[in-house]
Amino acid sequence: MKIKDTVHLHWYKHVLVLILIILCFATSANATGADFGKVFSNSEQVRIFLSKLIHPDFSYMPSLIEPLIKTLKMSILGTILGVLLAIPFSFLATTIVTKNPILTGIVRFFLNVIRTVPNMLLAAILVSMVGIGEATGVLTLTIFTFGLTAQLFYESIETIDTSALEACESVGANKLKTAVWAVWPQMIPSIVSYAFYALEINVRSSTVLGYVGAGGIGVILNTSLGLFKYDRVSLVILMIFVIVMIVDGLSEFIRRKIA
Amino acid sequence: MTLFKKHSGLCTFLVLAFIVVICAYDLDYSALDTFSWGTFLDTLKQLMKPDFSYFYDGSGEDVLSLILLTIAIAFAGTVIGTILAIPFTLLSARNLWGKHSIVPRIGKFILDVLRSFPELIYAIIFVKVVGPGPFAGVMAIGIHQIGMLGKLFAEEMEKMNEDAVEACRSVGANSVQTMFYARIPQLMPIYSSLILNHFEIGVRSASTLGLVGAGGIGAPLIFAIQARNWDKVSIILLSVIVTVYLLDIFTGVIRKKLK
Repeated sequence: MKIKDTVHLHWYKHVLVLILIILCFATSANATGADFGKVFSNSEQVRIFLSKLIHPDFSYMPSLIEPLIKTLKMSILGTILGVLLAIPFSFLATTIVTKNPILTGIVRFFLNVIRTVPNMLLAAILVSMVGIGEATGVLTLTIFTFGLTAQLFYESIETIDTSALEACESVGANKLKTAVWAVWPQMIPSIVSYAFYALEINVRSSTVLGYVGAGGIGVILNTSLGLFKYDRVSLVILMIFVIVMIVDGLSEFIRRKIA
Repeated sequence: MTLFKKHSGLCTFLVLAFIVVICAYDLDYSALDTFSWGTFLDTLKQLMKPDFSYFYDGSGEDVLSLILLTIAIAFAGTVIGTILAIPFTLLSARNLWGKHSIVPRIGKFILDVLRSFPELIYAIIFVKVVGPGPFAGVMAIGIHQIGMLGKLFAEEMEKMNEDAVEACRSVGANSVQTMFYARIPQLMPIYSSLILNHFEIGVRSASTLGLVGAGGIGAPLIFAIQARNWDKVSIILLSVIVTVYLLDIFTGVIRKKLK
């Protein structure tokens, strides 16, 4: 960083960017009908909501345990299947193993398209196509994990040490053998680490997937909200919070051990 | 132990298979009984024929204006989130507080709590508080982004190079002056890149918040799905995918310039 790169000599650029951002914000605030006064003027509503929310109905707890475990099972299953599916595709998405830029381009485009579909939308569509239930939730999480991890995997394949590749090729290994014996061993730590990262995200999202009918604890969240039973809503939110915290802590611990 | 090491691949496979079986064993597959490949393929065929007349018809309820509204929700939400994240960042960056290590711990805990609820739950709460509409989506995204951005901002602040800070301090600058002349110039590019990244994430989640009545493209999508209007579903999905893809490229270009 040189002295002529400091803020003070380029202040007009920063002012321009700031004005642009303020303009965009004003336009979008206008478009969304933002009225920040409402947040405070409706504080009575907030107070009622919160006062119901801070008295969780703990007697409802026993009937929550099973859906919670189901939610966890759904996300673990979705993560494992998605990761297993992502591994071969991530190999196809780099030129290092395939040496075929056209195939790589096609696979990457396909992965990008899958990744752009938000998982709630994916769940909503799959629910109407396949049916309501936990199996749909697993399917959604599998596809979502596939899109998420395939990209992370191929990015880490691109940064591997290529000397092992050369060694394999020089003794006449074919592409499959190079992939298995030179690329795969270097991939294992990052695959495990990303798999746990995906599990964290999946646990978070599987808790709300039920909102569109894809099974798990979200179903209970949806029905309790519909019945205005905020004490139950509060308990469900609390349980989601606890589960997310536990999984986050566990996966951080394991990822630190591997790294 | 040697036996385990020799067959570590096989052991991992067996453990994984065991987990998959346990998780898959008692899920509810009843939805799959009514599933038929015929209707599935039929749906897919209809999804391939988007209804382009719905894309723009000047009524303000078409896909184009709703996509713009969705982007506006994400933009306003990200701006609010960024502004509100700043005090939390200052509170939870360890290197700003020196000996008082209790303060950053409290700050980080607040951020963890804010982050652990899915956006959909914030959207549900804000729909209750400010009424259904895009503004509820803005607030939901804003509050969720506080947790995400605050954590990343604080981590970057902790990782930063302290040389410039020390230089400022050695010529007698107080903590506000070191903030403005040493920390902010160094952190600005990284922060801008993170904010852009979260704007993109915001667009993705804003497109799903309509499911609970928080405005944007999600509401017409869920109605179209429930009514099995696959041609409308298809045009909406296509627009969401294209929008996210274009934003991805656009923010990528800006982020490369920032470096």
